[in-house]
Amino acid sequence: MSDIQTAKAPRIEAPDGYQGEGFFATQLDKVVGLARSNSLWPLPFATSCCGIEFMATMGSHYDLARFGSERPSFSPRQADMLMVMGTIAKKMGPIVKQVYLQMAEPRWVIAVGACACSGGIFDTYSVLQGIDRIIPVDVYVPGCPPRPEQILDGVMQLQEIAKNESIRRRNLPEYQALMESYAIQ
Amino acid sequence: MLTNQEIAEDLIRQFGEDGITNPVEHYGLLNVETTADRIIAVVEYLHRHPRFKFNFLTDMAGIHFPDAKGKELGMIYHLHSWENNVRVMVKVFVPIEAPVLPTMVNVFACANWMEREAYDFFGFQFEGHPNLIRILNVEEMDYFPMRKEYPLEDATRKDKIDELFGR
Repeated sequence: MSDIQTAKAPRIEAPDGYQGEGFFATQLDKVVGLARSNSLWPLPFATSCCGIEFMATMGSHYDLARFGSERPSFSPRQADMLMVMGTIAKKMGPIVKQVYLQMAEPRWVIAVGACACSGGIFDTYSVLQGIDRIIPVDVYVPGCPPRPEQILDGVMQLQEIAKNESIRRRNLPEYQALMESYAIQ
Repeated sequence: MLTNQEIAEDLIRQFGEDGITNPVEHYGLLNVETTADRIIAVVEYLHRHPRFKFNFLTDMAGIHFPDAKGKELGMIYHLHSWENNVRVMVKVFVPIEAPVLPTMVNVFACANWMEREAYDFFGFQFEGHPNLIRILNVEEMDYFPMRKEYPLEDATRKDKIDELFGR
């Protein structure tokens, strides 16, 4: 029993800062970036099979909560990241857009699965060929369906984005140009 | 024990040889064909029949045969009798230039959405339907997807370009 080696937890590097007795001073956007990236609350927009894989990701084996997504909610006002998982039909498009518009900044979008990324194998009259035709997407997770490890990798990529983004990106001209191109105020 | 032979004979006796045509049996299921002006009468007769009691409209299926000139679009009514445990299919064929059928909503209320779906995908015009609009596709669609008419792919598509497929 004594020769079981416990796994060593990976060290998370603290940002550069000035440390003293009982305080740690660093840049504001580093702290805000850390806070945002480690508490991304998802809005699971699960439509099809990828939604089932997401259910597995949320379960205890491939726990998504350990990445900070402790509170998945179906209320857009209280969610940080919109995870669109599954086939989006053309009739569902305006609904996805309305859910995205109801989210408050900062908000990110993960397109999980081939159907959300590009329409998948359904190149047909009823399927929207990728949700990036209606809303801006930050991370694409390919797969049909992607394994839970893949979805977790997508969330980790989003964590990197959230950590390194400017804290008020909605004032950046590129962001405003992007929103213009989607006709979003 | 109700047999298909009895049902077919009774229908032909009621509606005549020109009213009910082509009775065949596929996998134990009786199929008969009739015309658009008689279809309501036939279905209602089967529904109200004291012995047959076909009181359940299981499905309304549409089909498009592009080669059958004058009778391209078909509507098949699947009827089921609970008490006798017998099913029957009644077919109507209409030309594609004028796909007009009378509505079945007064006989079976469930035909409301089934007829909307048939309109959405084939373009059937049901006379007397209270709300004949598209049900599953987007309202702006101007073609009927399940017809066997396949226009050439839109050449102005920006995704799925030939380069991506090695052409």
